[in-house]
Amino acid sequence: MNKYKRTFVGRTILIGFALSLTLAACTPVDPSLMTSGGVFDPYEDTNRNNHEFNRSIDRALLRPVGKGYSSVIPSDIQTSIGNFGDNLSEPSMAVNHVLQGDVVGFGVNFYRFLINSTLGMAGLFDVAAEFGVNKNDTDFGETLHVWGAPEGAYVELPLLGPSNERDAVGKFVDLFTDPLSHAIPSPEKYYGTAARVASKVGDRGRYSNTVDSVLYDSADSYAQSRLIFTQNRRFELGGGGSDTYSDPYSDPYSDPYEDPYAE
Amino acid sequence: MPNKLSRRSFMSHISAAALAAVVPMPAFALSASSAKSLVDKLVADINRVIDSGKSESAMLKEFERIFDRYADVPTIARYALGVEARRASAAQLREFTQVFQRYISIKYGKRFREFIGGKIVVDSARQIKSFIEVKTTAHLRGEAPFDVTFLVSDKSGQEKFFNLFIEGINMLLTERTEIGAMLDQRGGNIDAMIADLRKAS
Repeated sequence: MNKYKRTFVGRTILIGFALSLTLAACTPVDPSLMTSGGVFDPYEDTNRNNHEFNRSIDRALLRPVGKGYSSVIPSDIQTSIGNFGDNLSEPSMAVNHVLQGDVVGFGVNFYRFLINSTLGMAGLFDVAAEFGVNKNDTDFGETLHVWGAPEGAYVELPLLGPSNERDAVGKFVDLFTDPLSHAIPSPEKYYGTAARVASKVGDRGRYSNTVDSVLYDSADSYAQSRLIFTQNRRFELGGGGSDTYSDPYSDPYSDPYEDPYAE
Repeated sequence: MPNKLSRRSFMSHISAAALAAVVPMPAFALSASSAKSLVDKLVADINRVIDSGKSESAMLKEFERIFDRYADVPTIARYALGVEARRASAAQLREFTQVFQRYISIKYGKRFREFIGGKIVVDSARQIKSFIEVKTTAHLRGEAPFDVTFLVSDKSGQEKFFNLFIEGINMLLTERTEIGAMLDQRGGNIDAMIADLRKAS
């Protein structure tokens, strides 16, 4: 292992531990500020301001561009752009799976990156999925979850949207967990990011009815986004790790199973 | 020889029929396999609608029928109202349930309509507490398969589903949040909320 790689791994782990310590000091949960959906939201006022800002950006920019993108660019090309961006995030996910001690997850990322970068023409085609090895996404937010960090308070970030304290830290750390960013020279290393942004814009167009129904048709789009994000994220984390696979409905998910007939 | 029905056997036939009407049939027990076959039928109906190539409005009507047949709408509606259900009058509750049925079947029908070209496959069923969880997977073109889970109960008197999760997103909680927000905007006025809901669907 050369010095370059050593400093990369060392730095990632160091940043991770430093931030986990910070997280230990993240907003303590106050049960009286829990919403009916079991989300802790003490910063609701700030979050609602950010939500309005995000909605205005969506209305003015993201929604029209997304709709244009998904209607103008042929869907095969959209898929390839998405695949390309996804493929370049496999190394970063592999690093996170290692940090989580998830050998299978690491193997999946490694295999997919190898196969798709070669047989998949530099990641344009998801050949690995056709061989039955589907995506196994992860990020540093999940790593923190595996390490036992609590979710913290709900936050809606400007431009980035719904998140929580743990995932917001994770997003920041993931700026440094990508080994490719240390191996690829400067303009090229942004190709992956560009493809991922394009793919997100395309998703906004592709799922425009669903997204519109949440952002513009619901009575309280902030509360809906908060609930939907949190439930989906908890579901991902509950079912993501191989050790929890036998019982995906452990604690964080058991609340939705409350019995409506008991009321 | 013609089979003459004697008075005695005629009477016994009558009473057997009467008995059958009065004595309940052996209680239809909720089981993982019965719930799974319910969801099999439900999914077959949904797949049939999304394959039919009908217009949006025709599909939404079909989904409304499907919801009526397979979902325990009164329970879902009551849950969506939350604590407010306690102070609602019987008439308000009835009207709300009616309007809610249309609202929810259109809302979820629109989502299912996006499954066009795709398919839902029933995977497994198991007992959790007093109800059955039936897991299904939605396979949509050009997308990673995702999880759709139905919860089935017979507490309404019939086997019906009372909750569904799309990638972990809980229908009951989502609707309680939505109806709660509508009530908040109307200062807790149930009649005004019902009127809003009627407009929204």
